[in-house]
Amino acid sequence: MTIKVIALNTFKEAIRDRILYLLLFFAALSILVSRVLALLTVGDRAKVIKDVGLASISFFGALMAILIGTGLVYKEIEKRTIFTLISKPMRRHEFLLGKFFGLVLTLLVMLVLMSVIFLALVFFHTSTVEWKLLLAILYIFIELILITAVAILFSSFSTPILSSLFSLCFYLIGHFSWSLETLIKKIPAGLLRVLAQIVYTILPDLENFNFKTEVVHGLTIPPRVLLYSVAYGLLYTVFILTLAVLVFRRRDFI
Amino acid sequence: MKTVLDIENVHKLFKVGFIPKKKEILKGVSFSVAEGEIFGYLGPNGAGKTTTLKCILGLIFPDRGQIQIFGQPYLEPKAKERLGFLPENPYFYDYLTAREFLDFYAQLFRVKKDERGKRIASLLSLVGLETARDLQLRKFSRGMLQRIGLAQALVNEPSLVLLDEPLGGLDPLGRKEIRDIIIRLKAEGKTVLLCSHILQDIEMICDRVAIIVGGKILSQGSLTDLISEKILFTEITLSGLDPKDLAGLGESLSAHGGRTLIKVFDEEKIQEILDLVKSRRAKIHSLIPRTQTLEDLFVEMVKSQ
Repeated sequence: MTIKVIALNTFKEAIRDRILYLLLFFAALSILVSRVLALLTVGDRAKVIKDVGLASISFFGALMAILIGTGLVYKEIEKRTIFTLISKPMRRHEFLLGKFFGLVLTLLVMLVLMSVIFLALVFFHTSTVEWKLLLAILYIFIELILITAVAILFSSFSTPILSSLFSLCFYLIGHFSWSLETLIKKIPAGLLRVLAQIVYTILPDLENFNFKTEVVHGLTIPPRVLLYSVAYGLLYTVFILTLAVLVFRRRDFI
Repeated sequence: MKTVLDIENVHKLFKVGFIPKKKEILKGVSFSVAEGEIFGYLGPNGAGKTTTLKCILGLIFPDRGQIQIFGQPYLEPKAKERLGFLPENPYFYDYLTAREFLDFYAQLFRVKKDERGKRIASLLSLVGLETARDLQLRKFSRGMLQRIGLAQALVNEPSLVLLDEPLGGLDPLGRKEIRDIIIRLKAEGKTVLLCSHILQDIEMICDRVAIIVGGKILSQGSLTDLISEKILFTEITLSGLDPKDLAGLGESLSAHGGRTLIKVFDEEKIQEILDLVKSRRAKIHSLIPRTQTLEDLFVEMVKSQ
């Protein structure tokens, strides 16, 4: 109940934040630009629109999660609004989870808006509503949930600028860590390989949520892979949120 | 009397600076607040008043010591349910309107929806903000923020209200209004813990006080016990007498326009002056006995540290 009240207030705060609309504007622009790119391409133009569109949704969604998420908790502490909140009958983790769900709700609304623009553009081009594109967007949403948790973790002990940098690093590392897997295959068995394997296990692998290529090219995805990705996303999110709660629980608000 | 808030031997140490240096803010603070009283918690800036409040509210964790609210451990949500709090220099969600703001806090206390509407309307009228109900808080003046902050502290109809400098930033009229609200809270049977350094206000409304200086409580008790009722001196303004005649009777403070202000420490000397005035057909304009004020006590204590 407390979590819900805080989440709804966070949602209200986020949708009254100008930066959200700025990002939404650029996301829409980027999706629409894919149409121009398609004109310049030889071959399957619809694929270019889908590719660029999905990439835009993913990228701007992540920016929204990072730029708003990193400010949410910090602002409460900085502006001392947290004083009146924590003094109410609530536990600290309820505050943090409320913030998290509020931002997840905001991102959901933004994703729906971007998806409408995207599907409309695809419809304009192919004259069919391609619902299967929503599968890729669903996994983008799961990725955004994880990034939100990361942004909130950093925000609970660091300033917005540093937190944004850390979260952006998390995003980038997450999208390139799969190359470690390739590297591991090439390293001869031994200590180095074990080390590389440990590093790969700890680092996030956000490519788990990337089904853009498969969806755009109409490839079949085994259900096992889909299920694995959902479980990976949820478990990683729970892990990060637990860390955030642990950090936040013992903090003094001076 | 039942004890509502009990603080025992609370210590708090902060590490400050780039190379952390330990600074002890609270050095064993103990006091207790009884049900239905207005308790004044005073001290100079930086004495540890706000730090104590933050410990009570669970915003910071004391290193040592016990805090109990309504006989329960202070971090329990159950204990906080009957607690209201107004922070110093309140900052609030400036994107919310006054009504949305109070509604948000009422929801945190799980107040039912139809009850919320009624309560918010009565709170807004209590603090005199009915006309500003749909105004975003970013457009509020300092005094209005203080008022909405007080409304927020009362949204759960608390039994114990903690107010940190509730009269700061208000004009004399606003101060009187807030003071009246605090007295009304007491009449309703609520307990109030009031932090302030505006001593006249505390003196006017508090039943008991504790004085904290440098992280230690130097004195606590009821106002009548702390401040002696003994007359310290008497100030007499008179005219028609030569100041030279008054030599030896008291300390002459000023003399203009034929009027002399004299400070008399001895009660017998007052009689002598009165006799002198009568025999010379001079005139007394005022005769004011001065007792010790809270300010005298406070200044004395801070200086002695």
